[in-house]
Amino acid sequence: MEIGEIYNRLKEKFGESIKELIENPPSDSYINIAAENLFDICLELRDNPEFDFDYLMCLSGVDFPDTLQVVYHLYSLKKKHKVVLKVTVSKDNPKVPSIERIWRSADWHEREAYDLFGIVFEGHHNLIRILLPYDWEGHPLRKDYKEPETYHGMRVPY
Amino acid sequence: MGLLDRLDNPYETGGIILGTLEDILNWGRSKSDWYLHFGLACCAIEFMSMNASHFDFMRFGIIPRATPRQADFIMITGTVTLKMAERIKVLWEQMAEPKYCISVGSCANSGGPYWQYGYHVLKGVDRIIPVHVYVPGCPPRPEAMEEGMMKLQSLIDQQAIFRKRQRLVEEEMMRSKI
Amino acid sequence: MTETKFVDIDFSRIETDRMRLNVGPQHPSTHGVLRLEVELDGEVVTNVIPHIGYLHRCFEKIAENMNYQQVIPYVDRMDYISSMNNELPYVMAVEKLMGIKVPEKVEYIRVIMAELNRIANHQIAIATFGLDAGAFTPFLYLFRDREYILWIFEKATGGRLLFNYFWVGGLANDVYPTFKEDVLNIVKQVRKTNKDIEELLIYNKIFIDRTANVGVLPADVAINYGCSGPMLRGSGIPFDLRKAEPYSIYDRFDFEIPVGKGEVGTVGDCWDRNIVRFREMEQSCRIIEQAIEQMPDSGDVQSAIPKKVRPPKGEIYFRCENPKGELGFYIISDGKDKPYRVKGRAPSFVNLSVLPEISRGYLFADLIVILGSIDIVLGEIDR
Repeated sequence: MEIGEIYNRLKEKFGESIKELIENPPSDSYINIAAENLFDICLELRDNPEFDFDYLMCLSGVDFPDTLQVVYHLYSLKKKHKVVLKVTVSKDNPKVPSIERIWRSADWHEREAYDLFGIVFEGHHNLIRILLPYDWEGHPLRKDYKEPETYHGMRVPY
Repeated sequence: MGLLDRLDNPYETGGIILGTLEDILNWGRSKSDWYLHFGLACCAIEFMSMNASHFDFMRFGIIPRATPRQADFIMITGTVTLKMAERIKVLWEQMAEPKYCISVGSCANSGGPYWQYGYHVLKGVDRIIPVHVYVPGCPPRPEAMEEGMMKLQSLIDQQAIFRKRQRLVEEEMMRSKI
Repeated sequence: MTETKFVDIDFSRIETDRMRLNVGPQHPSTHGVLRLEVELDGEVVTNVIPHIGYLHRCFEKIAENMNYQQVIPYVDRMDYISSMNNELPYVMAVEKLMGIKVPEKVEYIRVIMAELNRIANHQIAIATFGLDAGAFTPFLYLFRDREYILWIFEKATGGRLLFNYFWVGGLANDVYPTFKEDVLNIVKQVRKTNKDIEELLIYNKIFIDRTANVGVLPADVAINYGCSGPMLRGSGIPFDLRKAEPYSIYDRFDFEIPVGKGEVGTVGDCWDRNIVRFREMEQSCRIIEQAIEQMPDSGDVQSAIPKKVRPPKGEIYFRCENPKGELGFYIISDGKDKPYRVKGRAPSFVNLSVLPEISRGYLFADLIVILGSIDIVLGEIDR
């Protein structure tokens, strides 16, 4: 199933939550969706036998100048089609529903996005830092991040 | 400075070797070093190659130990991150004297390719523990690691054991006089 | 004579305290700097909590500060056992974004190098897995052969482990004149040793007892956890990106996808994951032989390299079949000569997250075997 058809079907069912389809070959096409309905949309994408997206390839956070974005790359092992979803949230209140209960692989990916970008995934059972130490301050992959001078008495810059 | 070099000496024909006790002790110490392997990253894979068939590290009398209490020296092979640094310090403190450290690879020496933007990388393990031999390379070849090992052996060969103690005693006496 | 009295004890009502044991972060059988917090009931594992990040080397932050070409050495250091396979998806992603078509010869050399590195990776994986199960001899045999492969890499690229060989649009340099003969000799040697390994390790009674029926990963769990590579194929799902969506020139070769069938135990146990890796080596040999036969002798390997690597605005997710699974790179370009965002979807990162699920209820000694069968590389997990 092509991404255009997926977009139309989702649009029929969820209406306003599905914002727009952006196509710009040769780069990947993606669907912008609203954060509020993310869980239901993902559940539909997994459980509807026409979509059958059983495999979450990748979940990445992106820091844009004004907003934070979460990108979901989904794949269907049986139907061999893909879709890319994007959720945009503001930097003041970066909250996205967790989809860890739909695809278990999202568990660690979401913890990583929380660790490096500070995106809060609501409903995640164990949202703690994964790569950096638990007492680390700040979220390093944000563009305005400044590395600390010292950590536990050790000098960080060269 | 090796003990066996003295065989050239005319006094020692007939298989008799004359040497100081210090030389004999150092000879024993340097030829049977036990190491605590601290494999961290890419260099650890080259380290595994060095332990395996082609390079055969153990022919130098070097045996891996799993605990710091039995180790003579620690080999830090790979990138030291800030999360890991404190554990290295603990392990170093658990090792019994005399102890030595070999830092293998650019990352352990100075941060390597991560020196500039690596916010979570310790720029050189010598910031937390003393290092006796540095082996450069990213990653160093197994031969380079063996060379580093031999450098450490010659360093141990030349170490003072008794004079050091005597010197300490003399200093102590001097201090008590004052 | 006193009468012996038996006290009737209901053992099911005796409860013991759970013990928490720390494995790692520096332990010979954690395959790197991984810390496992293991909860034990006697000798039975009730829960495992992996703690990662001890090798977090800030790859993604560094990639944002480097040119596209300069990122390749850092990509090498992600999965340092199979660097060629890491470079492949990265350079192909950038090439796809820029619309570069690379020459035939480059494609063939890339495939040969990637498959050679796949063999080298599986040799390490099987060797260390054998070590975990208590077999030391196969380790020496496999490392001997791996050294021959590294010699080829060294002659062709100058590096033993980390190469920086694939460039965007081409290769760093052409292969040397006797490359083809050397590679064919290696293939012969790998096949010869694999026969020995089959007897020494794979069908060894002790090895089967240690690994069969241990760490069973059902297929639906594997998919839901996003497992890929030998983890997924060991559970009986014939999914290989080289067949499913052929990239580069993989559609020109004839090879099979080995899957776990539960020959000596249950489908998806540790033995199955190991046999998938073992049989993939033979398939890689087949691909290499075909590629050597078809490879054109002449051709410039640097003709398609752009003067300046500056992809147009856009984004791409490109994935390849790494020896450990699906390695994907998500690259966002904003039209400048540095990437705006590079995310590496590391197969080991996802594969390791299934460890608590498959190790519950087994003995502690089995946990080490299960961990070995996942074949993780911490450089890739922590990035």
